[in-house]
Amino acid sequence: MLRITNLHARVAGKEILKGLSLELKAGEIHAIMGPNGAGKSTLGNVLAGREGYEVTDGEVIFNGKNLLELEPEERACEGVFLAFQYPVEIPGVNNTYFLRAALNAQRKYRGEEILDSVGFLRLVREKLKILNIGDELLHRAVNEGFSGGEKKRNEIFQMAVLEPSLAILDETDSGLDIDALKTVAEGVNRLRSKDRGMIVVTHYQRLLDHIVPDRVHVLADGQLVATGGADLALKLEEQGYAWLEDGGIQTLNTDPVKQTANP
Amino acid sequence: MTGNTSTIDTLVEQKYEHGFVTDIESDTLPPGLSEDVIRGISARKKEPEWLLDWRLKAYAHWLEMEQPDWAHLNIDAIDFQDISYFSAPKSDKDRPQSLDEVDPKLLETYDKLGVPLHERARLAGVAVDAVFDSVSVGTTFKSELKKAGVIFCSFSEAVQDHPELVKKYLGSVVPQRDNFFAALNCAVFTDGSFVFIPRGVRCPMELSTYFRINAAETGQFERTLIVAEPGSHVSYLEGCTAPMRDENQLHAAVVELVALEDANIKYSTVQNWYPGDEKGVGGIYNFVTKRGDCRGARSRISWTQVETGSAITWKYPSCVLRGDDSVGEFYSVALTNNYQQADTGTKMVHIGRNTRSKIISKGISAGRGQNAYRGLVRMTPPAENARNYTQCDSMLIGKSCGAHTFPYIEVRNPSAKVEHEATTSRIGEDQLFYCLQRGISEEDAVSMIVDGFCKQVFKELPMEFAVEAKALLEVSLEGAVG
Repeated sequence: MLRITNLHARVAGKEILKGLSLELKAGEIHAIMGPNGAGKSTLGNVLAGREGYEVTDGEVIFNGKNLLELEPEERACEGVFLAFQYPVEIPGVNNTYFLRAALNAQRKYRGEEILDSVGFLRLVREKLKILNIGDELLHRAVNEGFSGGEKKRNEIFQMAVLEPSLAILDETDSGLDIDALKTVAEGVNRLRSKDRGMIVVTHYQRLLDHIVPDRVHVLADGQLVATGGADLALKLEEQGYAWLEDGGIQTLNTDPVKQTANP
Repeated sequence: MTGNTSTIDTLVEQKYEHGFVTDIESDTLPPGLSEDVIRGISARKKEPEWLLDWRLKAYAHWLEMEQPDWAHLNIDAIDFQDISYFSAPKSDKDRPQSLDEVDPKLLETYDKLGVPLHERARLAGVAVDAVFDSVSVGTTFKSELKKAGVIFCSFSEAVQDHPELVKKYLGSVVPQRDNFFAALNCAVFTDGSFVFIPRGVRCPMELSTYFRINAAETGQFERTLIVAEPGSHVSYLEGCTAPMRDENQLHAAVVELVALEDANIKYSTVQNWYPGDEKGVGGIYNFVTKRGDCRGARSRISWTQVETGSAITWKYPSCVLRGDDSVGEFYSVALTNNYQQADTGTKMVHIGRNTRSKIISKGISAGRGQNAYRGLVRMTPPAENARNYTQCDSMLIGKSCGAHTFPYIEVRNPSAKVEHEATTSRIGEDQLFYCLQRGISEEDAVSMIVDGFCKQVFKELPMEFAVEAKALLEVSLEGAVG
């Protein structure tokens, strides 16, 4: 569903992604881990089409379309969803109203019927039930005065309603205590589906205790330097990212899954 | 809408001729301002002598005054001799007595403005005193209001039918010499609305007036007077649009509100005069003096305004809190786009004890728009325990616009409390991207964010107006981003 080939991107004139390639199939969850400054958040922003992220080379094919040619809102309508690391507050705009506007914009784009408020509310109730969360977020302004946990939960809730085919979760675990982390992870797990691909970007392994990925990639200095199964994350947790730079990469790349390299 | 253009053109092109004053046949006075012109207006309206004298006195004052230049505005010189001070829609010689007699072309114009008088007004329970250019052409629901003892009519009618009330209150809130444009209005005002709510009456419906400037080269000078007797309540709505035009048009209205003991006046405005084109050509000069006098104890006056139009807005709806425990409120959204300029705010003058005032001002600047909040909170010596709360927020869209805040606070009573909060924010790229990422188009995103920003003010508007105001902001912001 998503094929990224040799992606190069710059932010403020500085090259951040330096030839990243990745293939994600529908139904898979890939984790992208890496040290700070490796380009993890840049990847999400580039895929979502944020202004200021300049692609200088490479290609991104999403469901057969050249993603990089589309406007940010078109990408969203095509089914790309970015769960933000720091969801922004929009004072005075009701959360439910916002989400309905988003859903209907997407439905319109896809030539589907606009949902009226009754139909929308029914959908919302259903999704709240699936995620096992209360409706207290519905009546407030978008993220306004939300706690860190509430903001992240709201992102997952939006994802549930918008039903994207590709979800990118940008450091969804950051700033969450363990209970909030569990709630959010549970939500994500409930939204796993054979039609949906997910990219989980995280610095720490702990999120992956709760969301078990199919593949783990290590991003360092703008490239994927290692790829493995879920246990790669454990190894990173154990040994830290410094280990990568000390030659661990080569070892891993020869046998990404089982090699027990000990530098 | 264009049916009478040629007639007006002809009239405008006419050379000034002495004796035109007696020429009752002509519908538009040639451009120019003089005592004769004022006598002409007064004669056309068959006004009593005292009112003509009052006008002439104001004119004498005006001649001695100078146009103020303290506002944060660039105003091209106005040639007051180049303005025609009276025009009436071309129709029969006699004014229409009911809507059925109104020129269908006129009704069509109202339809285009979204003011289908008889239908929507009835459905919405709104009485409409529609002003087209300078003469009122239709008033609905008069009889229902009459039952309640409410007087709601054009200013001209009030002069004929209720001279004692007009005489008593006219100029009692905004004196003739108050300012340059108020003085001008006193001299040449043509029409407007008059509202009188008798003691203890709660007005059974929202009163609404739609204004519109149409005839070419005609300044419009409305005069509105609302008197709420002890214990009465009234909500008054004023809204307007103006068609596309090139020349600057002067609009200098005066609104006076009088609230006696325990009376409550809510005055809401949606102002959408033609703002000029995107290069700053044309547009209305909107220089308005609005003031409410909380004359009685426990009275309350609340101004709500949504200002999206006009090339230049110069407007400070104010409250004089004379009565003990009286309350003044000001809720404002002012939006400037392209080359629009606004210098607007309020004055809260606390005189009575325990008087309270609240100011919520939201300024939005886009394009090359300049938006200034100018507010005065004055606590005079007798204003024991008076309180004011001011919140003044500005939002900038784009990089070439400006927001300015000029709060004046004068406290002459140590027991007074004044709070002032102000914020300025740029419409966040983060907010915008967040919306885009959810599939919402840029234009929708901007109007959504702006709407949220204005919520505190919109919720003060009557339901119908709130919807209209939101739509107006959307239209006014078209092309503001990107």
